[in-house]
Amino acid sequence: MSERLLTGWGRTAPSRACVVSAHSEAEIEEVLATAGRRGVLARGLGRSYGDAAQNGGGTVVELGELGIDGGRTAIDLDPATGFARCAPGVSLDALIRHALPLGWFPPVTPGTRWVTVAGAVAADVHGKNHHRDGTFSAFVRAIRLSTPALGTLPLSSSHSPDIFWATVGGMGLTGIITEVEVALRPVGSAVVDVETSRCDSLDEVIEAVRRGEGDRRYTVAWIDVQSRNGRGVVTAGDHVDGSAPATLPLPPRPRLSIPVVPPGPLLTRSTVAAFNEIWFRRFPRGRHLLRQPLWGFFYPLDGVGHWNRVYGPGGLVQYQVVVPSEGTLRTIVERLRKGRVPVALAVLKTFGAANAAPLSFPMVGWTLAVDLPRDTPGLAQLLDDLDALTVADGGRTYLAKDARVRPELLPAMYPRLGHWREVRDRVDPGRVLSSDLSRRLAL
Amino acid sequence: MIDALGNPQSLLLVGGTSEIGLAIAQRLLRDRGGRLVLAGRDRAHMEDAARALSRDLPAVEVEVVHLDLTTTNTHDGVLSDVFSPGDVDVAVLAAGVLGDQRRAEVDPGDAVAVAQVNYVGTMSVALHVAMRMEGQGHGVIVVLSSVAGLRGRRSNYVYGSSKAGIDVFSQGLADRLHGSGVRLVTVRPGFVRTRMTAGLEPAPLAVGPYEVAEATASAVVGRADVVYVPPALRWVMIGLRALPGGLFRRLDL
Repeated sequence: MSERLLTGWGRTAPSRACVVSAHSEAEIEEVLATAGRRGVLARGLGRSYGDAAQNGGGTVVELGELGIDGGRTAIDLDPATGFARCAPGVSLDALIRHALPLGWFPPVTPGTRWVTVAGAVAADVHGKNHHRDGTFSAFVRAIRLSTPALGTLPLSSSHSPDIFWATVGGMGLTGIITEVEVALRPVGSAVVDVETSRCDSLDEVIEAVRRGEGDRRYTVAWIDVQSRNGRGVVTAGDHVDGSAPATLPLPPRPRLSIPVVPPGPLLTRSTVAAFNEIWFRRFPRGRHLLRQPLWGFFYPLDGVGHWNRVYGPGGLVQYQVVVPSEGTLRTIVERLRKGRVPVALAVLKTFGAANAAPLSFPMVGWTLAVDLPRDTPGLAQLLDDLDALTVADGGRTYLAKDARVRPELLPAMYPRLGHWREVRDRVDPGRVLSSDLSRRLAL
Repeated sequence: MIDALGNPQSLLLVGGTSEIGLAIAQRLLRDRGGRLVLAGRDRAHMEDAARALSRDLPAVEVEVVHLDLTTTNTHDGVLSDVFSPGDVDVAVLAAGVLGDQRRAEVDPGDAVAVAQVNYVGTMSVALHVAMRMEGQGHGVIVVLSSVAGLRGRRSNYVYGSSKAGIDVFSQGLADRLHGSGVRLVTVRPGFVRTRMTAGLEPAPLAVGPYEVAEATASAVVGRADVVYVPPALRWVMIGLRALPGGLFRRLDL
């Protein structure tokens, strides 16, 4: 047990909490039963950008030492079916190291493998294959959830589905996940065939994303928001069939790390423009095929430890929206360009259909994620304006990234919020589970 | 909660009729609104301020609470009530009296009264607020100090010494709170044109309450621990503090 100052990956708005680690379901139930006034929250690897994994003045439970079946086992993978039962604190990195030599890979992965499986459920994470496969929860066969009112429950989409779907995307506010069973994807190799398309305008990017998503399992675009025409690079890939998974190499450990927080942000309009120029020119003109290792394709930033530190002492805000219409997407990109904010990382793709989880982020439309230095002048107003455009179009922002949305916009963004609250009130009537996010947004 | 971009959702203003304090509250709650508690002695005046604020910023919900800085044994109860409905994200300690230096020299009771508000009472409230904010694991305390506290001057050393007391106290409290999730910002304005200074000859580098509010808001959003308003006073005060006594006396400040 220790008192610690916690932030999200954006390194903004720190708060102090009492951090404890739990080693069994019984210990978790004990923590929930003896919670103080400021409540309890589970925290994984702290990769949500805002304050979702903080609980100022309260208790934060880390699950890294919790095993399954009452023991110390972290992963139980059936090599025949690819069904993996995982302890909640298992990272996708650990899961890949365990499963890839046997020919299995996470069915859905975000842009970093430093997330836990329980966090992946709680944020209902998506990846480059959302248009085809949906979110992480589409592959979750079952979870176990410790709740304040109903004890520890086995849940799935057919067993107490309302509690299951309230937990998916529920930001840890329905209980503490103690086990996740996920169906992995068979892969015959550790490489991906990738088609890159360097595009000189947003029109071309949009067309290439549509084409990629028609043909390939994984598609994503990087766009240069600062450029006049919205140029960008679309990458679309598929796993390569192979025959010898036992010899598959494992992802390299990060070799580079940003060792300290620099005194000021390294990202300004001009350094970002230079970075974007180099990044754009790295790719050959037009369409191009290459074969890439899985990690280079899925986790380009995982090669650099603590990359969030380049944003300096002010930290960063990641803003991610989904909007149903292409027109609104274009307006948002244009407003970001005219807002003269430095945007190095802007990621664009389309989503497929939404699922049954009331707080799950993805819905049919275009999603755009941008990393912004927090100290950018005028940022608060700019993002409020983008929220207004988003809500007017029937879109929403992503709670796992959020650090600043207006609470009153949530019911419009998440129309089934009321239903989610009803389920939450059933499993946690005393609001034992709480986070800085839940307090800030009055969830 | 304060969000990543520095918007608080609730603010306590101690010195509920202070022009500087009200300007800070207005500036911090301007964009998003929220809960504002005005704490002070003059209820009628605070209610006027509350009405004016609600007119300008309809998204701000104002409460008025009776707080007398000089009766320190009431502070615990008052602050418990303020913190019980929910977190207080920012507490601005802006209560202050200027006193009358000439009168204090013949009636020392007048000097004691200045110290009791500016130093003793404010210190007591700051400690009560700090304890509760540590309990919530986050928060920002803003203490209105003054450059008058940085070097004693014959024209206002009673007021200046009360500000010196609260300033040194704030520096120490800020360090104690380091790592607790609670920050303390010490604001050192120069001459501010307000009711308190009405009738006095404005000093060089005089500012209005809105300039203090802007500077304070940037510190609440950002990372500065000490703010001079205007910023040039930081260098002026370094110079003045370095002056030998004889020379300083001849300046007749």
